[in-house]
Amino acid sequence: MTSGVGAPRRARISARTLRTDRWWLPPLLTNLGLLTFVVYAGARSFMGKWYWVEEYGYLTPFYSPCLSESCLPGSSHFGTPLPELPGWIPLGFVALPFLLGFRLTCYYYRKAYYRSVWQSPPACAVAEPHGSYSGETRLPLIVQNAHRYFFYVALVVSVINTYDAALSFTHGVGLGSLVLTTNVILLWGYTLSCHSCRHIAGGRLKHFSKHPVRYRAWTLISKLNVRHMQLAWTTLATLMLTDLYVMLVASGAISDLRFF
Amino acid sequence: MSYKAKFKIWRGDDQTGELHDYLIEVNEGEVVLDIIHRLQATHAPDLAVRWNCKAGKCGSCSAEINGRPKLLCMTRMSTFTEDEVITVTPLRAFPVIRDLVTDVSFNYKKAREIPSFTPPPGLGPGEYRMKQVDVERSQEFRKCIECFLCQDTCHVIRDHEENKESFAGPRFLMRIAELEMHPLDSADRVREAQDEHGLGYCNITKCCTEVCPEGIKITDNALIPMKERVADRKYDPIVWLGSKLFKREKA
Repeated sequence: MTSGVGAPRRARISARTLRTDRWWLPPLLTNLGLLTFVVYAGARSFMGKWYWVEEYGYLTPFYSPCLSESCLPGSSHFGTPLPELPGWIPLGFVALPFLLGFRLTCYYYRKAYYRSVWQSPPACAVAEPHGSYSGETRLPLIVQNAHRYFFYVALVVSVINTYDAALSFTHGVGLGSLVLTTNVILLWGYTLSCHSCRHIAGGRLKHFSKHPVRYRAWTLISKLNVRHMQLAWTTLATLMLTDLYVMLVASGAISDLRFF
Repeated sequence: MSYKAKFKIWRGDDQTGELHDYLIEVNEGEVVLDIIHRLQATHAPDLAVRWNCKAGKCGSCSAEINGRPKLLCMTRMSTFTEDEVITVTPLRAFPVIRDLVTDVSFNYKKAREIPSFTPPPGLGPGEYRMKQVDVERSQEFRKCIECFLCQDTCHVIRDHEENKESFAGPRFLMRIAELEMHPLDSADRVREAQDEHGLGYCNITKCCTEVCPEGIKITDNALIPMKERVADRKYDPIVWLGSKLFKREKA
């Protein structure tokens, strides 16, 4: 090793790290968590069925908005401006790439997958396996700077998901309505706690005192921002659970628990 | 209540060195620096260690304990079990001088490269009043004791010696953020942060925040806000257009 911790004049220690704790566990768990979501979301997005419960107005977030003529009757809350799609295109293809982009460029997820997937570094003070490193200074990673644009689209999708959840209450109240609503509240939490949102709301200012409303907004978002990591993982879980619930009800595997 | 602890201390210089085993007495309430001092007094009078305040405020006694960058004076022996082997090495991102003492002059060079606080021209003393909300973001960064643990753990330079030329490291990117967020600073820090001080190298893996003994949220409150300001300036055509049309530069 001639570079990094093995560079000339540094302490001659051959070990990659002298850490004695289980530093490999968090990146392993992160990989497992991300893999679970990618496999589940990929399978469900391409499945093309069991995404809409007409009787109760439940639409899974993976298929929202459903804008093509291939969508089941009633599931297109905003019309069908798009023609029928071939089976290999997910019905939620309008929003999914942006939501994926929002999470891929998210400051928290960047930390998570740079550490776990790319091992750069796998943990603090553990030497990374790469010979060179240019960070986010060039393509493709310089695209991470577009996070705010994905955030804008994510805001619109959150409004659409809110509409979907609200629409389910026009059919009465069931466990599915509460599941959709909980998911939407947490999605708003994740979206609004975003670092770009914090910056746009007021972080970019030099004089908070001249902009009291934006300062207040920045203060509130800063409080949410502290929980951005927790919200990132919670919403991955609630997205899968919400979709799973809708899938099970739509397929007839379970019946919805109705309150009203 | 005292016991004998097993220590491995790295000893050597910038050419050679190895871990040496020691069995040293530990008493209740002691920190690792106390043990290093006892080692000097009883076993190794020539052991080199840099220290000063013993209160976590001078930033002198930075080292790596069981592979983790820490202050020797703030690491309590009670955090280890009695049969645990405790390994103490110098900071591994910087050239070693001798034993636990490293040459941290890289950091002083980087500090000198940052233009100092620049108030608007013609502003006299007492002509400007700042409100607390305007300065408290910068005040968090003033807690820095310059222990350079964040510099040591940052993989951009720890694992890639060649990046030292173009990357200032989290401590000094935070210094730029401190000045950039200061309501009275009029210098253009944003473009320099990216082009001259290597902000783009940071991949926000938060190790700097994890090791900071002052608990400064370096990544969330300094590095990411600076990255967002760089995005405003260099990568966001809408903000750029808005700043030209509405003169929002000095907001």
